[in-house]
Amino acid sequence: MKRIALLVAGVLALGAMVWAAQSPLVINGAGASFPYPIYSKWFDEYHKKNANIQFNYQSQGSGAGIKQVTDGLVDFGATDGPMNDDQLKAFQDKRGSAILHFPTVLGAAVPTYNVPGVSGALNFTPEALAGIFLGKITKWNDPAIAGANKGVNLPANDIVVVHRSDGSGTTYIWTDYLSKVSDEWKSKVGKNTSVNWPVGLGGKGNEGVTGLIKQTPNSIGYVELIYAAQNNIPYGAVKNSSGNFVKADLAGVSGAAAGAAKEIPDDFRVSITNAPGKNAYPISSFTWLLIPQKIQDAGKREAVKGFLKWMLTDGQNYAEALSYAKLPKEIVEKEKKAINNIQ
Amino acid sequence: MATAKTTLPNAGPVTGSRSFLSRLRDGDEIARLVTMVFAATVVLITLLLVYELWTNSALARAKFGLHFFVTQVWDPVIDQYGALPFMYGTLVTSAVALFIAVPLGIGAAIFLAELAPPRISDTLQFFIDLLAAVPSVIYGLLGVFIIVPLVRTVIFPGLNKPLGFMPFFKGPSYGVGFLTAGIVLAIMVIPYIISVSREVLLSVPRDQREAALALGSTRWESTWKVVVPFAKTGILGSIFLALARALGETMAVTMVIGNTPTISASLFSPGDSIASVIANQFTEATGDVYLQALVELGLVLFLMTFILNGLARLLIVVTTQRGSGVPV
Repeated sequence: MKRIALLVAGVLALGAMVWAAQSPLVINGAGASFPYPIYSKWFDEYHKKNANIQFNYQSQGSGAGIKQVTDGLVDFGATDGPMNDDQLKAFQDKRGSAILHFPTVLGAAVPTYNVPGVSGALNFTPEALAGIFLGKITKWNDPAIAGANKGVNLPANDIVVVHRSDGSGTTYIWTDYLSKVSDEWKSKVGKNTSVNWPVGLGGKGNEGVTGLIKQTPNSIGYVELIYAAQNNIPYGAVKNSSGNFVKADLAGVSGAAAGAAKEIPDDFRVSITNAPGKNAYPISSFTWLLIPQKIQDAGKREAVKGFLKWMLTDGQNYAEALSYAKLPKEIVEKEKKAINNIQ
Repeated sequence: MATAKTTLPNAGPVTGSRSFLSRLRDGDEIARLVTMVFAATVVLITLLLVYELWTNSALARAKFGLHFFVTQVWDPVIDQYGALPFMYGTLVTSAVALFIAVPLGIGAAIFLAELAPPRISDTLQFFIDLLAAVPSVIYGLLGVFIIVPLVRTVIFPGLNKPLGFMPFFKGPSYGVGFLTAGIVLAIMVIPYIISVSREVLLSVPRDQREAALALGSTRWESTWKVVVPFAKTGILGSIFLALARALGETMAVTMVIGNTPTISASLFSPGDSIASVIANQFTEATGDVYLQALVELGLVLFLMTFILNGLARLLIVVTTQRGSGVPV
């Protein structure tokens, strides 16, 4: 028996040595699904440049990302909505150090609709969007909508509201925006990855919302900008805080981040919906990587820091090809300094 | 029947004269142990499931107590959760599904087992087995592209005009809702009802039919008055299998129910179901109470399935005792 045990131990040790010599350093992460396409591109490109480092990312949703990094199951997390104070405290209590937010790219939510007889892009004021989603504006020819769309023949039909049924970062951005522009929305509904909607039907995912809107005359909903752009879905313009109607595009989304850059706190936990700036698109948001401030393993620590530096410089060039908005310069500089906080 | 029973070998292990070692060598004991372990895993998995659902919903159970079953609000922002609209949606969609699928399914099974030529019956059975194996997301797509527009443009006007005074058929209709989900579920469970019922009908002894025919009954009378009652237990079983599938169906329901937690008598109203809301919100559920409320919903679904299954058993026991011709 002894001999067999020795043999098994020997084989295992040998195997471990061979495995350690050949396999790269693996860094595991989990979280938001919205940035998954660009993250997988980044991790792939970074692995090509640094063969000894491999990032593994599971897109399981922001909630799962926060939970798993807090429980120490993964080395980093990713989220579409910043962690709240309770979650920060929970992380501090469990892991004995702080967690840092690093914005990576930007996304946006756009209003999309199906109104018979209307082909061009409609203009929406914040009041109109809040009214529609609160169920207070019920007809398409309501003055709140018609006033911003002079010359468009809007029907007197009932509005059908469509929202996401699954928890989603897009819903977070949308409800965060409505909470900022409407006190009634803020007190009655609030913001979260899913909320208690006053009216409307739910569709699962961007494709579910789009499907419902296409099939239901007189409907309105919201989808991710990327999804609308890649699938040629028509969407409307939204009035920003400077009073301009802006139809979302990547420049407008980056513009929102640049407009908000001055007021961005050192921990980057900030909502940039309704940001100042003439061309800023108001329903924009960062998506974040969640990195523990203390990383015990020196190899992993340096790998993470190296990746963050690369992501902020060369990595940003991959964003627009995948329809993500780049970080503005101001934010990049600020984040580069923040990388030094990782110990 | 009685003669068959006496020739049955004793099911338990043969104990006594032979030593444990010899039984081990013969393989009896090993076979018994191995199969027993397999059987035990079923119980183990069920217990584990309940244990996990129970412990992982502790926070939500403590916070909401029995109010969870009667609260209509589902609000992740203020952390208030209630299961009532989801329980309602699950029950209503399943009821609609059975209402449509049971007569259709049993009718088809009777045709296939009793009236159709064997070649047609076998060919159709092949298609039915195929239908039963289609993934639910495909049925969901079928629902989205065919049944949703059909409900909005044909079924709703057709039912609302003559029957709109009844609360069940009040508008407006968006195409998605309880009825649409029920129809999609019906399409999904019909193959189960047909398949199992056909097998049960086919296994009814030939003597039964011949006796009925010899007494002068027509083909239909022998089928309806003798064969079907004889197979009643098995047919009921197929219905409960269908019910279980309908209660737990997730993907197809999510795609066509409208995902709005409402309680409305109107079948055209959008609603939500337990399985659907769990699938929708679990991944992005932030906050412990939110997550645990979803787990508790899972527990509620388990409980509902358990109770309905229990009622099903009871129904079978009661009906067979009345003497339906099936040996107990």
